[in-house]
Amino acid sequence: MVLASAVVLVPLLVILFTSLKTRKEALGTGPLDLPSNWFNFENFRIAFTQGHMMPAFLNTGVILLVSVTGTVVIGSMTAYAIDRFEFRLKAVVMGAFLLASLVPSVTTQVATFQIVNNLGAFNTRWAPILLYLGTDIISIYIFLQFIRSIPVSLDEAARLDGANSFTIYWRIILPMLKPAIATVVIVKGVTVYNDFFIPFLYMPSTDLGTISTSLFRFQGPFGVNWEIISAGAILVILPTLIVFLALQRLIYAGFAAGSTK
Amino acid sequence: MTALQKDRVPRRKALRRHWWFTPWLYLLVPLAFLVTFTYLPIGDMIGYSFTDWDGISPERTNVGLKNYTDLFTRPELFKVFLVSGVYLIAAVFQIALALYFATVLSFNTRFRNLFKGILFFPYLINGVAIGFVFLFFFQPHGTLDSLLSMIGVHGKHQWLGDPDLVNKSLAGVSVWRYTGLNLVLFLGAIQSIPPHLYEAAALDGANRWQQFRHIIAPGIKPVISLSAILAVSGSLAVFEIPYIMTGGSNGSQTFVIQSINMAFKFDKFGLASASAVVLIVLILIVTWIQRRLVPEERVELS
Repeated sequence: MVLASAVVLVPLLVILFTSLKTRKEALGTGPLDLPSNWFNFENFRIAFTQGHMMPAFLNTGVILLVSVTGTVVIGSMTAYAIDRFEFRLKAVVMGAFLLASLVPSVTTQVATFQIVNNLGAFNTRWAPILLYLGTDIISIYIFLQFIRSIPVSLDEAARLDGANSFTIYWRIILPMLKPAIATVVIVKGVTVYNDFFIPFLYMPSTDLGTISTSLFRFQGPFGVNWEIISAGAILVILPTLIVFLALQRLIYAGFAAGSTK
Repeated sequence: MTALQKDRVPRRKALRRHWWFTPWLYLLVPLAFLVTFTYLPIGDMIGYSFTDWDGISPERTNVGLKNYTDLFTRPELFKVFLVSGVYLIAAVFQIALALYFATVLSFNTRFRNLFKGILFFPYLINGVAIGFVFLFFFQPHGTLDSLLSMIGVHGKHQWLGDPDLVNKSLAGVSVWRYTGLNLVLFLGAIQSIPPHLYEAAALDGANRWQQFRHIIAPGIKPVISLSAILAVSGSLAVFEIPYIMTGGSNGSQTFVIQSINMAFKFDKFGLASASAVVLIVLILIVTWIQRRLVPEERVELS
């Protein structure tokens, strides 16, 4: 166990060391040597400003907020409709969602690209937002799993009081779904924050860089300046680490639910 | 996933008072998304795959099955499957490793959460950041070489430059990244096995291996088979790490990198579509085989 933990930690620690070294140190010392000054944040400043990390965090933030909110609304509505209503073609609808979950979205991008382009969304923030909203079947399953455990008698009581289906959804189901919403927000949030493929393919413009694509662009201007690249990588990892430490329990539960259901 | 199909009909009688179109109001947006971004692309792609379209020009000619025969007869296009093979072997190793760690952690509770946290964390890290971390790690005279020389293995290895090593190095990164996810899934499943089974086994004199063999392994079979299926489809769809780290050079090109390059770099849209169709069919076949072999049963241990 200790060995395995070391295997996980060493590559990350080495990057942390490198990010705190000066240019001269980075070239002159071995990768396992400790930095001489633990408070040398110069590289972080350069990575943040010259690496366009500020707009990148903003872009990622906007996309994250809109797509996660949208996923929660769309996913819970779909689950509500499928679980609480009887209607014709229900089996067909469920089959369509089921089959779609088996097709990895990365394989269909060649054709999806044409569709996004025809919608005029190419090279705008709408492209990733639409794609994140449109391909999320996992969250529908999480909501569906959870909505089953909410007793139907609650719906019925509300209906007797004269509530229509939307009031039931909005006032009763949605508030009861809070734990499922937390799960979806975490799973979806991590996916969107870390995604490289979609912004890389659909938003080539530099102004629209997300944290993934902006970090990817470090390769060019910073070339072999590993101390700057390392600082950039640490900047991107740090928010993940903070969220992970704060929400550990929820995160494990979320990913277990997300990948097995 | 098939839990969806289990419909509990009886409780619904009281809920009938709604218009026939009410559920469709809720499904309108999700279905529009589903069709636009999943089914329409698949349909289009099948169409493109029979043409020589370059992705831009208004003309395209029907070339029949030529793209498909090209894919299976031109060795340079076919060899990406060998690369997938390396990732598949790594995935088997990864599942075995996660199973071992999950078993050890389930017996031994000291520092369990710490180890679990450390091993899981890589799964949450941004792929581009991981790419950079390991580009640095694999540099000649870099971290890995320094570590190896500490245990007496000297020399400068081209971990990412040598076609014999590159895929193994990259597959190693994917083991580093995903073992923790398997671990968390396995650990969760093991913990849902009733503890009195171990006590009974211990009373009968079963050792750790026998407990694993006869209690844990059958108890978490559904999760193991799910991981196996994800491993197969995952190793066919590898893209991010090799693209970021090597751009597919030195023989590290995977199926997805090849398709993306064909479509967006070399304007061979028809060929790229055909290759994507082949990939989807492969993944559907694998999933279907898995469903046949391991029917989705709820394992009840009590």
